[in-house]
Amino acid sequence: MGDWWREFPEMDRETLVALRKALDGGYREFSRSYGAEIEAFFDPLLYFLVWFEKLLLATPWWLVIIVLCGFAWMASRSWKIILGTVIAFLLIGWFGMWEDTMRTMSIIIVCTLIAIALGVPIGILMARSGRTQAVVTPVLDVMQTMPAFVYLIPVVMLLGIGKVPGVIAVVIYAIPPVIRLTNLGIRLVDRDVMEAADSFGASPWQRLVRVQVPLAMPTIMAGINQTIMMALAMVVIASMIGVKGLGQPVLKSITNQYFTLGLLNGLAIVALAIVFDRISQAYGRRMQAYRERLEG
Amino acid sequence: MAGVCRPTANGWKVEPVIELSGLYKIFGSDPAGLLPRVRDEGVGKDDLLDRYNGVLGLRDINLSIPARTIQVVMGLSGSGKSTLIRHINRLIDPTAGQVVVDGEDVMALSKAQLRDFRCRKIAMVFQRFALMPHRTVSQNVAFGLEIQRFDKAEIARRVSYWVERVGLGGNGDQYPNQLSGGMQQRVGLARALATDADILLMDEAFSALDPLIRRDMQGMLLDLQAELKKTIVFITHDLDEALRVGDDIVILRDGAVVQQGNAQDIVLRPADDYIADFVQDINLGKVIRLASIMRPMTAGLTGPALDGSMLLADAVRFFAAADADTALVTGEAGRVVGAITARDVMGAMVRG
Repeated sequence: MGDWWREFPEMDRETLVALRKALDGGYREFSRSYGAEIEAFFDPLLYFLVWFEKLLLATPWWLVIIVLCGFAWMASRSWKIILGTVIAFLLIGWFGMWEDTMRTMSIIIVCTLIAIALGVPIGILMARSGRTQAVVTPVLDVMQTMPAFVYLIPVVMLLGIGKVPGVIAVVIYAIPPVIRLTNLGIRLVDRDVMEAADSFGASPWQRLVRVQVPLAMPTIMAGINQTIMMALAMVVIASMIGVKGLGQPVLKSITNQYFTLGLLNGLAIVALAIVFDRISQAYGRRMQAYRERLEG
Repeated sequence: MAGVCRPTANGWKVEPVIELSGLYKIFGSDPAGLLPRVRDEGVGKDDLLDRYNGVLGLRDINLSIPARTIQVVMGLSGSGKSTLIRHINRLIDPTAGQVVVDGEDVMALSKAQLRDFRCRKIAMVFQRFALMPHRTVSQNVAFGLEIQRFDKAEIARRVSYWVERVGLGGNGDQYPNQLSGGMQQRVGLARALATDADILLMDEAFSALDPLIRRDMQGMLLDLQAELKKTIVFITHDLDEALRVGDDIVILRDGAVVQQGNAQDIVLRPADDYIADFVQDINLGKVIRLASIMRPMTAGLTGPALDGSMLLADAVRFFAAADADTALVTGEAGRVVGAITARDVMGAMVRG
């Protein structure tokens, strides 16, 4: 005990082992006794995921492209983006990755919707109170920096392998930007305008819906855009716990050293990312049209 | 739902009077603790900041604003005028004192009552317009009405009336960013007037505008006021503007009232050097009226009759064109109350 100044006085091994055993055992116990209930809680999500994936797979390829282009047109009003979307998806199909792409797209869309549904309200709460912000910010820091594999472990222990744990992992990874940028966007709303809303007797809800959210929308859209990108980046890791899609061939190519297979699937992910990025960014820009001045 | 604003019936229209009494506002970490220093020990603005780290916003404001007049509150920046006006609709809570509007103690209102009070009784126009950039001109004007949940047809009717009325007829579908400053403030004015509130708070409403546009807007305000007869509290740092629009003028300095009176009182009898400095470049001919410089009527005097409320500048114009050097000054109902000579008028327009 005398040489604590030469060697770090670490806790002794037995205690550490006991601690790990206690935590692991406790968590295992927890997942054994409540796992079924928690799984049941996520059942509706699972049904929806399966349904949505089947829907995308059952839809003829040309109809999927038409619908996508419809969304792209509504969001961007840009022929360039539409043309790019068509070419990207035709190439993906030509190289035989259509089904995996649909699977990935379905999970990305669901994850993004969940991230928005949870993230925007959390961001709004953060913007309304400094204390909430002080609590949530470090949590977001952990979510963004903790290696994804680390929180895959408890999720898999609890729910096993499959779509739902995959979605949970992707959402944990991808939700911070939409929360942060919702918070930021609302905090950046001009104080003068807020005062004007107050002076006309607006309630906090009216102020939120009529002033804060519309003015924060471009920033919130930037957050949604980032969330989509991060969700796509997570696809490969999610494939490790059984999420089907473009990630699995990539995983297979790592283990078998199939360079071309990996590259093609990787490029398909990139293509998806670019399409979604351009569409959501163009939408964000169009919502700022009011900021433009007339000539002269 | 309690506290939700509903369209106003005409039963509201009691004469609105604003009473501020014993109003103090101190900014800082411990306003209540510093209050006795200011109120009882008479610590001044600079001392308060240096020794106690508090900022004195208002000191013992007692002001009664009669209905249907334009009350100007004037002062340089930092004099507390914007703080003062925000107490009337309680955008700022006082450290001490009372705010009574229409016999209603504003400080006693609950949150819901306060919202109701703001949307029905008071409208506000802001220095930097504070328009909603994501809403068109028409949607901006509709804002207060939407808050009050008027039905769509009524909103559309009032919006088109007020947009037209402030001279923005063709601009209803444009966004504020596409308009000049003067036009933006017309939107701000229309937005405030559309709610039909009796009290209008104007916080340096025209200060951000070019001088020519500012004159235009002042003229428009006076025209509107002649017809609408609202109770207007008008904040400005510009004495010319104060003299032009104000029925009564309060001058603030370091958060306290240094003088109150109408334009002539201020110009002819400045209360201290600070105000004297202010008024020294003012064109007296456009402020002083015959009644305040006329001489007593002496028997046998004859001449054309001039109204006592005539400005000296107008009297000069009259004498220059008329064939007389002396005129009779009339008061109420045309009764002769005094006399004036061209010489008197010219003498009074130049400061002794």
